[in-house]
Parts: sequence; C-alpha cells; structure tokens
Amino acid sequence: MPTVSVGRDRLFAALGRSYTQEEFEDLCFKFGIELDDVTTEKAIIRKEKHLEEEEPSEDEEVIYKIEVPANRYDLLCLEGLSQALRIFAGLDPIPTYTVATISKESMLKMHVKPETSQIRPYVVCAVLRGVTFDETRYNSFIDLQDRLHQNICRRRTLVAIGTHDLDTIEGPFTYEALAPKDIKFTPLKQTRNFSADELMEFYKKDLKLKKFLHIIEGSPVYPVIYDQKRTVLSLPPIINGAHSAITLKTKNVFIECTATDLTKANIVLNTMVTMFSMYCERKFEVEPVEVTYTDGRSYVSPDLSFYQMEVPLSYLTKLIGVSLPAHESACLLNKMQLHAKHSISEKNEASFTISVPPTRSDILHLCDVAEDVAIAYGYNEIPKITFPSVKPQLLNKFSDLIREEIATVGYTEVLTWILCSSKEISTMLNRAEDKTAVINGNPRSADFEVVRTTLMPGILKTVGHNKDHPKPIKIFEVGDVVQLDEKKDVGASNYRKLAALHCGSTSGFELIHGLVDRIMEVMGTPFVSPGDKTGYYIESSNEPEYLKGRQAHIIFKGEKIGTFGIVHPQVLHNFDIPDPCSFVEIDIEKFL
Amino acid sequence: MAEEAVLGHLEHNQEISDSGVFSQEKGIDHDELVNIIKSLNGFGLVIAADIKREKWLLSDEAQSYVKYGSAEVLLFEAVPAEGTAKAKLQEIVKSKLPADLDDTTKSLIYDKGWAQAMKNKWVGLADSQVSRKVEHVEDRVKDLLIQIQNGEAVGAKDIDALKRRRLISLQIWKGYSVKKGPNYAPKRKKAATDLVRDHLQRDEWKDIEFKEYNFLAKGQPTEGGCLHPLYKVKQQIQMIFLQMGFEEMPTNNYVESSFWNFDALFQPQQHPARDSHDTFFLKVPSTTNSLPEEYVERVKTVHESGGYGSRGYGYDWKREEANKNLLRTHTTAVSTRMLYALAQGPFTPKRYYSIDRVFRNEAVDRTHLAEFHQIEGLICDRGLSLGHLRGVLEDFFSRIGMSKLKFKPAYNPYTEPSMEIFSYHEGLKKWVEIGNSGMFRPEMLRPMGLPEDVQVIAWGLSLERPTMILYGIDNIRDLFGHKVDLSLTKRNPICRLGLN
Repeated sequence: MPTVSVGRDRLFAALGRSYTQEEFEDLCFKFGIELDDVTTEKAIIRKEKHLEEEEPSEDEEVIYKIEVPANRYDLLCLEGLSQALRIFAGLDPIPTYTVATISKESMLKMHVKPETSQIRPYVVCAVLRGVTFDETRYNSFIDLQDRLHQNICRRRTLVAIGTHDLDTIEGPFTYEALAPKDIKFTPLKQTRNFSADELMEFYKKDLKLKKFLHIIEGSPVYPVIYDQKRTVLSLPPIINGAHSAITLKTKNVFIECTATDLTKANIVLNTMVTMFSMYCERKFEVEPVEVTYTDGRSYVSPDLSFYQMEVPLSYLTKLIGVSLPAHESACLLNKMQLHAKHSISEKNEASFTISVPPTRSDILHLCDVAEDVAIAYGYNEIPKITFPSVKPQLLNKFSDLIREEIATVGYTEVLTWILCSSKEISTMLNRAEDKTAVINGNPRSADFEVVRTTLMPGILKTVGHNKDHPKPIKIFEVGDVVQLDEKKDVGASNYRKLAALHCGSTSGFELIHGLVDRIMEVMGTPFVSPGDKTGYYIESSNEPEYLKGRQAHIIFKGEKIGTFGIVHPQVLHNFDIPDPCSFVEIDIEKFL
Repeated sequence: MAEEAVLGHLEHNQEISDSGVFSQEKGIDHDELVNIIKSLNGFGLVIAADIKREKWLLSDEAQSYVKYGSAEVLLFEAVPAEGTAKAKLQEIVKSKLPADLDDTTKSLIYDKGWAQAMKNKWVGLADSQVSRKVEHVEDRVKDLLIQIQNGEAVGAKDIDALKRRRLISLQIWKGYSVKKGPNYAPKRKKAATDLVRDHLQRDEWKDIEFKEYNFLAKGQPTEGGCLHPLYKVKQQIQMIFLQMGFEEMPTNNYVESSFWNFDALFQPQQHPARDSHDTFFLKVPSTTNSLPEEYVERVKTVHESGGYGSRGYGYDWKREEANKNLLRTHTTAVSTRMLYALAQGPFTPKRYYSIDRVFRNEAVDRTHLAEFHQIEGLICDRGLSLGHLRGVLEDFFSRIGMSKLKFKPAYNPYTEPSMEIFSYHEGLKKWVEIGNSGMFRPEMLRPMGLPEDVQVIAWGLSLERPTMILYGIDNIRDLFGHKVDLSLTKRNPICRLGLN
C-alpha cells in the first residue's frame, strides 16, 4: 500500500480541527486508511543517514505517514486526503470539477506525430490557470507526481507526467519520436545542452533517474515534446527541459501525460488537475487541450465527466446486510464523494442514479458503490448474521489430544471394562473397601458388582492376561471412573482419568516417572520446587497399592492430581502378574 | 567376612571397643575392617566412634636390630679378644654378620656399630690396633626396641635416644569403637534401585531396601516422536473448519499459471503483485500448456472492457502474461479453480477451506519467509452479505481464541467490499492485523458462469502468524524451516485451539 507523508498541523488545519492521535487513528480506521508512523522531517533525515535517535525538539513539524489503498490515487496528497476526509465528515459538499468552456480555435493544441506509436503512443494534456503556489503547495505538487509515478504509472512505464510553466512556452505543441542524436536540450537541473543519447549515458550515474532509462533505451526513436519554437518540454519518461521548469512564481501550468496505456494516462491527468485545481483562480476549473493525430483522430483532455451508474437500493442493502432508508443511503453515498439521485422505478423499487466524480477511478462496478456505503455506514456497525455450526465437546477432544501424545511416546492404548468386582477396587489393591463406589444391584456375576473408581484393575487384568507378550509391556488408558457425588442429582459423577503402566524385567519406575514429566510438558506445565503453585512437583507418598519408597503424588498447582509408583508385589500377585510393574493414574480434568 | 564379623559380634555383645584389637583377634586386615565399619555406619546399621592413638614405629634399621641385635653389639662381638688391626676390622665384622644380609647393609652395620661402640667406650683404638675395652656387653637397644614393638612403656630418656638415632618415629593410629545403630540387623539387606523380576521370583521383595529416590529431579525422558507445532495448529484449524461445515479443497499443486493465480481473480496484469519482485515466475516449465479457452475469452473481456455491470480496467490484456507459470502466491488460485468447476454444473452452495503452502519472492527476515502456509475459507451461496461475513469471521476467529475483532476497509483487486481483520491482543494491549476478507468481485465470479445472485464471502490468513502469537515466537525462522531447533518441537505442548 502506498504511504503518504503529510504535515500533521497542516492536515489538521485543512480538516478544520485537531485530533488526538487516538482520535485520528480511529478516523483513519473507519475510513480505510492507516496512520503508519508519526515522525518528523529531521528524524527521517537522521534515519536515512543512520544517525543516533534524538529527542525531537518542540518546534519540529510532526509528520504523519499515512497508508492509503492502492487504488485511491486521489488520496496520494494532502489536498485529496483532507478533501476526502472533510467530505466523509460531512463538512464539505462534493466538489464539481468543470472543464473551462473555450472555443476550439483558442484551445491549446498538442499534435501527435505517427512515429510515437513505435515507443509511447498516447498523450493527454491540461492547463491549470491562475494557480497560486507557495512552498507547501509546490512541494505537494511535486510529491504527488512522484507518488503517481511510483504507483499507477508503474515507475513511469505506463504513464509519465511532465508539468511546465506555460508562460515560458508557446503552443501548439507537438509530441514526436526522434532519433536520440537529433534531440538536443538542456534538461532540468543542468546548465548545458545535451543530446538525448549523451543524456542517457549521463543519467546512468544518476541514482534516481537511472532506473527509468530502460523504458526507452535501445529504441531507435525517443519520445519528445516540443513547443512551437522547438523548445523541448520533456523527454518522456526520463526528464523535463530546464526551460519550462515550474517555480513558486508559476501562474499557469501545462500538464502532459505520455503513456502506453490511455486509460491510466487519463486517470493520472485527472488526479493531477482535480487535486490542484483547488488553487486555481477559478476553483476546480481546468482548461482543456485538444490532442490531434496525423490520421485525423482527435480528442479533448481532460475528461472530467461524471460516470453514471444505476443502483437499486435493494442491491446495496442486500449486499451489506442492513436495511437502509433511501435518504440515509444517499447521505452515506455523499460522504464517499458519490452524488446520488433518488428515483422510484416502474416496479416501485427505490433506486439511485450515482454520479462518480473523476477523482474516483476506483469505482468500476456497483459492488464498489456498495463498499462505499458500507464504509460510510461503518463496517463494525453491520449486524452479524451467523451460520449454524457445531462446537466440539471440550473434555473429549482434549482427551483425544492427550491420547495421541501418550501413544507417540510408545504406549499402546487399552480399552477396559467400566464394571468390575468390588474386591478388584479394594482388597486386591491392598485397599480397604471403597465407600465411594457405585454398586450394581443385580450383577449377573462378580465381575460386574461395581463401577470402577480407578483404572488400575482394568490395566492390571490386561497385563495378567498378556503374560506371553514380549516385555516390556507399555500400555495406557484414558477413561472415566465413577464416584458417589452428593451434589449430583443422581448421586454419582464421572471423572476422566489417565492411567499408564510399564511392565518388564524391571518395573520401569523411572520410565513411568519420565512419562509423568512428559504429560506435564505437553500440558505446558513447568517443573517447580515443592510448594510452588505455578507448576507441578513430585512428593513421596505412602499408598497401599504401591511399594514403599517407590511411590509419589503428583502435585499440580498445589493440588494432588495423581499418584505413580511400583505396584506392590502383593497386588501383582493378586492379579497373577509375575513381572514387576510401575503404574500412574492422573485426574486429567484438572488440566482443562 | 569382615561385615559378618562385625554384625555377628554385635548381635551378642554391646560393642567392639577397639577396631585395632578386634582386627587382631579376628585376623582381619585393619584397613578392610575400617571400610566395612564406615559403610555400615552410613546405612545406620552401626554407630562408629573415632579412636585415635599415638604409636612408636620402628624403622627398617631398628627392625633388623630386633632380629640380629644392635650394630654396636654385633661389632663388639666381632672384635677378637686379642684385638686386631683397624684396617682388618671391617672385613672381620662383615664375615661374622649373618650371611643373608647384603653387603650394603653389612657396611652400614659396621659404620653404625663402630661409631656407637666407640662412643660407648666398648672398644678402643691405639696404634691402628683395635681392642675390647670391656669384657661383656648387654644389648639394651635391642631390648628397648622389642619393648616398643610390643607397645610396652619405655622411659622418656631412652625414647629420646632412640629417636635421635632415627630408630623409632611417632605415628598416629586411627580406629573405631563400634555399637549397634538404629538400622542394626544381623545381616545387611542389599539396596536396590528398582524392583526386578528376581525379587519377585525369589520372594526377596520383602527384604529389599531401595536407594533414596530423588523426586526433585525429573524421571527418565520418554522416547518417541513428536509432531511439528505448525501442523498441530493446522490439525486443530482443520477441525474448526469441519465443525463449521467446510469441505477441504485439493491444494497439492504448487505450480500454477498466472491465469489461475491472477487473471481469473480480476487482478490486472500491471498489478504490483505480478512483479518479479513479489512472485516466483518459472524458467521451467515457463508457460502453461492449456487454459479453458472460452473462459479465458470472458476473462480477457472483463479486464479490457468490463461487462456484468463493470467498466473493466481499460487496458490491452495479453495472453502471454496469463500463460506465464509461477509458484502459486496464494491458495486462492485453487479456490478459483474450484469455483470455476462449481459454475460448470447446476449451482449448489458450497463451503470450502484449505491450509497449504504458498510462495512469495520476499527477502527472508524475522516475520517473512519465501514460503508460508495460507489458511483460506470461503462460502459460495445466494444472498450473502457483509453481515454473513462478519458472522462467519466472528465464529471462526473466536474458536482460535480471537474473540475481539474489528474490521477496517481495505483494497484487494478481487474482493469488494474488502475487510481487513484486526484482533485485540490482550498481551500486547493493542489491535493487530490478523487477516483479510471480503466478497469476491462480480468481475471474478460472473465470467466463471456463476449466477448473478451468487456471492462468495472469503477470508484468508497465514498459519504462521496465529501460531507465533499463540506460542510467543517472534522469529518465524524459529517456527518453520530447517533452522528450527528440534528440541523446541519436542517440548511443544499440545495445541488446544478450537477447544475453548
């Protein structure tokens, strides 16, 4: 996106009020431009020269660097920017640009020679009469040409602008294409005469101009514009002549745009003249120039006519998704510099005749008009319309993510039964009777007496029935246990647990400990010192199902969330397991 | 053996009062005994108390005196009663000394013996003749040395004399007195690091003791693979799209023509994005082999002179530009192909998404790479509005943890209206740009053959940006590419996007 640097104070003066930076940023955001940087002239120079940052002194002018959309050439200078924002704020009406009415005979003429078609076939021109320049306006005039050259002109390949003091030259003008050695003139900023081929060599050392030389270099003919007295106005797209240079004292400005793309040449010319006609004696009036070709074709430039479009109100409201009364839509259109004439069609449908000013070359289609209305209405004011969509079940999706992590570190998932015998959750685990268990009233066998309160028996039964499996056995399960819960309507609740077991020639206690660390790592939980509540730590425990001295609680954010240890040999014996095992069980709902 | 001796002794006795005495009684080397006592003490089986004793130690010379007699006595006895010439004395003495002594030792005994016997005035020297001065001598030095060796007390004067003759030196002796400790058992159990199969098989597990376990250290690191953080985020975002009813587009085609990448999107041929500074154009294969000709014709017309209610760009559209091959700069090239395909049949509404690689000819820095991943979502249906776009964006972004959004007008050649998406970052306390969105232009959709009342709302963002915000990574090269630290990938936690 192009960036425009403007003096803050001058911008605020043009806007007729000052803003805090926040207020101005907010205005930019709504309008679709962006305050990119706040700096000063001196800071920019210091930055270019890579000097130390200094505190800006009070009297330095603050520069706003503003990013504008790439298709809004009318916002590339202070004049256009402030005008657009004033109209957006409802301060100014949309300016009416006019082409001065003068007879064909007294109109300035530009004659195009056929040779130009070999290199740069188009030219459009205009005159600004009675311009009052001051230093600021003059600089803005030069800057706008630079920015247009950089952007729409694609570094002068498509269009090149030449501006001249009309009082130093005399029409009619001719646009020709000649052999380089036959073009001789004194270019801008130089004091001696150069031939065009000499000049091309000369500019190869010029940092700014050398990047444009390729556009015409190698061509047998170079484009050139002469006045009646054979004074060279410019050697497009490289350089203007020194003779017709614009100064602060210039009153009448001749503008020529040579191009390979006529549409863009017109946009560029229109941008130049609409922006600076505000400084003309007759504000917003531009004098036309007739361009004639040898083959008899001719046209008058600039074309400042308004482009007309028919927009049904329903098109706008449907596309934006708000219902807007016609008068309100018209106001919104006006804020975006679009004239709107309200009419009712035969079918009794409200409709607008939109007049797009020459400054708004970005409006190609009704959708562009709709966007302007939406911007003026406020993007963030448009009510949201939601589509039906579904949300995941947090606990289950989260369990799935953990399951994947455990499997990737080498543990195989097992899926065991929820129902078990009561001794499997008590005596077989060296524990007393579990008073928190849900008890089945009519079990068909002892295997279905209770609902498990721990994943341990299921996992141990799996190992007991897989004695022949090569060691080590590394298995895990993520699943629910059920415990009595007075707070629940039915008196019991599910709790999501994770359990894992290692079985081999050694119990693999350190491996299960390592798995605990890994689970904590994938939960993004740091290992902390005991007592610290920002992460997890391990604290030795004394639970009957584990062997003394090799068991521990896992403390997460100050709360015990699980235990791991070597399974007690008596428990192993109870489950008919001949090999040592280490086991961990964690309450994973605590991680949510 | 030493351990059994100590523990066994203490089973029936109060203590071992002196390890030195104990070692002699049991015939155990004292150093070995000391090591065992220290070890048992460390495990609390015994309590050991230090004992320190001073002891006179006999020099090698003194030990030979104990064995053969002192030098002066040996010399005295070698002198014949009749006396002898001094010159012959050494030879006579050496010949009478025990045969198992070597010559150097014999010489030494002669020297020391002569000096001491003269001093004691046991022998005399006159006219080179040596003779006995006394008839009989007692070997008191030998007796004293034996007494010292046996630990018997010896008078200070004698000690002093022996010390001066460097026959004895003082040594500090260390030993222990030993009692039962708190963990005393007649037999020590072996400390284990883990429960092993043998413990179970031999039923030894009741007796094993574990070495102290350090719970302040981490356990043994797990082994196994890890997924890349960026793809973990991708997986979650895919899940979100599926939950929102979106279908994935096939994006396994990096090489694209300018036509599908730009022209079909109503991106003018002079647009800066089509500059070689921004796009990788291909040398091989440099151009596309075929394009759908009728569609190309409609695209050309809409660029040059408009149609479908548009003014067009008013420039000469060049087929050669459209034919140029490139590495796709956005996945929207795929969306374009999908929408074109959709337009070839009777219209059915669609919701499409893709997450895949795109390429930009950009200088690589902290926030830019020449390739990255684009996330794109689009809805193609009748009667869509900006309200729908706001709604779908709100739904999508709130699921990736960005629920505070605002929208800024923006320019994009193929969307109109266009909305830049900003999200409020709670950490940075500011609004950050996170993506772009808009409604595809009629100049893009109508030439495909989509009906006039069909709109497409779409949005796009990079996969890297939300991931960097999520994991607090500020250099994109730390996240994606060959310079990524593998341990970072291993440490990366699960991605909880879409679970809020």
